[in-house]
Amino acid sequence: MADYIAEKPPKVPFYNDPFYRGILFQLALFVIVAFLGYQMYDNARINIAKQNLVTGFNFLQNTAGFQIPQALIPYHEGMSYGRAFVVSILNTLLVAVIGVFFATILGFAVGVARLSKNWVVARMAYWYVEFIRNLPLLFQLIFWYLVLINVLPAPRDSLAISDLIFVNQRGLYVPDFFDSGLFKFVLGALVLGLLAAVFWNKNVTKKQETTGQQLPRLLPTLGLIVVFPLLVYFALGQPLTIEKPALSGFNIRGGISVIPELVALLIGLVTYTAGFIAEIVRSGIQAVNYGQTEAGRSLGLQEGKILNLIVIPQALRVIVPPLTSQFLNLAKNSSLAVGIGYPDMVSVGQTILNQSGQAIEVVAMWMAVYLTISITISLFMNWYNAKIALVER
Amino acid sequence: MNYVSTKILEAQPAPDGTVGAWVWVRKNLISSPLNIILTLIGLYAIYKLFYVLINFGIVTAVWTGEDRDACLADKIGREVGACWPYVHAKFGQFMYGFYTHEERWRVNVTGLLGLLFLVPLLIPKVPYKTLNAVLFFVIYPFIAFYLLVGKIPFTTTLAYISLFASIAVLVYAIFAPTNKRLWVAFGASLLIAFYVLFYMGLGALPHVESSRWGGFLVSLVVAITGIVVSMPVSIMLALGRRSRLPVVRFFSVGFIELIRGVPLITVLFFATYVLPFFIPREWSPDGLLRVLIGVSLFSAAYLAEIIRGGLQAIPKGQFEGAQALGLSYSKMMGLIVLPQALKHVIPGIVNTFIGLFKDTTLVIIVSILDLLGVLRASFADSKWSTPTTFFTAFLFAGIIYFVCCYAMSRYSIFVENRLNTGHKRS
Repeated sequence: MADYIAEKPPKVPFYNDPFYRGILFQLALFVIVAFLGYQMYDNARINIAKQNLVTGFNFLQNTAGFQIPQALIPYHEGMSYGRAFVVSILNTLLVAVIGVFFATILGFAVGVARLSKNWVVARMAYWYVEFIRNLPLLFQLIFWYLVLINVLPAPRDSLAISDLIFVNQRGLYVPDFFDSGLFKFVLGALVLGLLAAVFWNKNVTKKQETTGQQLPRLLPTLGLIVVFPLLVYFALGQPLTIEKPALSGFNIRGGISVIPELVALLIGLVTYTAGFIAEIVRSGIQAVNYGQTEAGRSLGLQEGKILNLIVIPQALRVIVPPLTSQFLNLAKNSSLAVGIGYPDMVSVGQTILNQSGQAIEVVAMWMAVYLTISITISLFMNWYNAKIALVER
Repeated sequence: MNYVSTKILEAQPAPDGTVGAWVWVRKNLISSPLNIILTLIGLYAIYKLFYVLINFGIVTAVWTGEDRDACLADKIGREVGACWPYVHAKFGQFMYGFYTHEERWRVNVTGLLGLLFLVPLLIPKVPYKTLNAVLFFVIYPFIAFYLLVGKIPFTTTLAYISLFASIAVLVYAIFAPTNKRLWVAFGASLLIAFYVLFYMGLGALPHVESSRWGGFLVSLVVAITGIVVSMPVSIMLALGRRSRLPVVRFFSVGFIELIRGVPLITVLFFATYVLPFFIPREWSPDGLLRVLIGVSLFSAAYLAEIIRGGLQAIPKGQFEGAQALGLSYSKMMGLIVLPQALKHVIPGIVNTFIGLFKDTTLVIIVSILDLLGVLRASFADSKWSTPTTFFTAFLFAGIIYFVCCYAMSRYSIFVENRLNTGHKRS
């Protein structure tokens, strides 16, 4: 009988007790790390003093003295390092946002093409992905940049689409728009239209789920998003004037110019990330049980509706987590812009680092910005995962 | 009277309309108007692509010549495609960088030795895997380091250490348990061989500074060193992340998330510009060593996540069984858990290696010349500058990168398929 009563664990000496040993190891680890940290700090202090540098971020107020080919906010050489750095962060975000948008579209298209019944299309998609994934990204970026530089004509012989868009060695030129002050009402009308369209679509879904009646979707949405702002635009007397780019002398003047480095960077990043997204989309769609498609067919649904209503919502559960990490990869890969001369955060930061010598601060700033982007995307992913998680019994 | 047939009917050939090449074409390529259009567009695109490539690379290419005149259209009177004499002339530079000409045999020997140790490791049927792994991951790095770098004070110190270590190991072998004696004696003999060779004349290998290394040599050195050095670190980080001790987990998670949240370029800049501040001046590492440290840190963080995934796939029963047998933590991990986990993640490790190999192109930004760097440097040579030099060089580099990476990814798929059949439930 006494054998069945649970005994207390045997008394061990404290140096064998896992709890105390755990504390000892953690203490030892902490002491080692603290000691190394102190050594590094001490060495840094000595080395910095030897080079007559000053730590701290005051150097950000010094004059920059270098030009940046593309700035989304006003910038000139007399402004501070801090201003230059902010301009470069905006450039990085611009590349990241545009890149993510186009990469997703292209990636989904190639991913679906990979599963196409047409053998030619499927194999082309397969080899596209293989080439993209087996060549280094910097290689692809430099390749696109050299292609653009060597193949595009001089400004004199620019390729032109009517007289609105010009493409040449110096960049892509599109018309610039000037606002007479009333354009913000048109923008407001657009936002109102978007909200109204979302509200309308939600209402239509609710009505269909409760009564089975299908109200029109496409036309009212188009009307609210497109026609309504257009009406406001014309009603206010067309408050936008166009400045068209035109050839004058050796160059194109006027309009907005997109430097070829940005175009090359975007083409390279979009095609590269789309290759990875295509594989994610393909595996997501293949992860959905084929029985779901068969059940949809046996219910008599069309192929398009099966894809939209049954397969893709379930595939999204598998697709979205790796998809967001690909977005993060695109944002981090935009740092390769320094290899082709586009002024993103790493490129401008390197100039600042070389001119001021404040390596520790600049690298710390880089890490802070990239970690912020990374944590934001991770938070979004956790929220999304929690929202669509399967509730299990 | 038989209602049930007593003999098995032979399989008849399939009906005409269901098998055959023409039926396949009908089903896959031209089954609907949209399909026909897509097929035609696709075939046209493929034709154009192949036409351009073959035209540039083979048909209009120049195969022999001494300098740029051989590749200029107006000098030889026809349209010029790829300029292969340029690649032939610069091939040494592309492969070895500026490594001293007479010492290039050392790079070749290192490469051959590496292949000799690696290829049996990759083929699943070859036995003695543990011995092979020890040879490749532990002993080969020392040999390769010595062959590539040559005689520097550090290697002399290494030689002395290896001599004393081998004497100590031999003494231990006398008292070692019988089943380990073979291993120990083998290890000791290797160390003695190293020392003897070192002093018998190979010790006079001249030093080749790492600033002279370049080209494909640098790409391979960075990638292989990154993976090999980061493996033990990443195993410790993965185990640390799963630990129940809060301090250990805090440091592991902090390190991994910090490195994974920033791009490799930032880590390279950190290693090149910031690390020298934290180390006393006299020990300051040279350019290539800083890059190796940066790449190893980066690779350790990514590998740690992959190994952690492999550890999570081990059923809890294995841990519990090991603990029930009374094994300590290190024995449990070393003998039971890690061998299974590492076998699971071999495809993941190969994929990380492929990514690392592609990422070696980034070292050009911290002024180390890898294959792409040497290519770009050769564009400045006026002896070979022609309109097609860029594209020839890129075609050459593209072929090398594609062949290497595609072969590695095929191997990874092969290993994954083999592992899956071993673990499939059905």
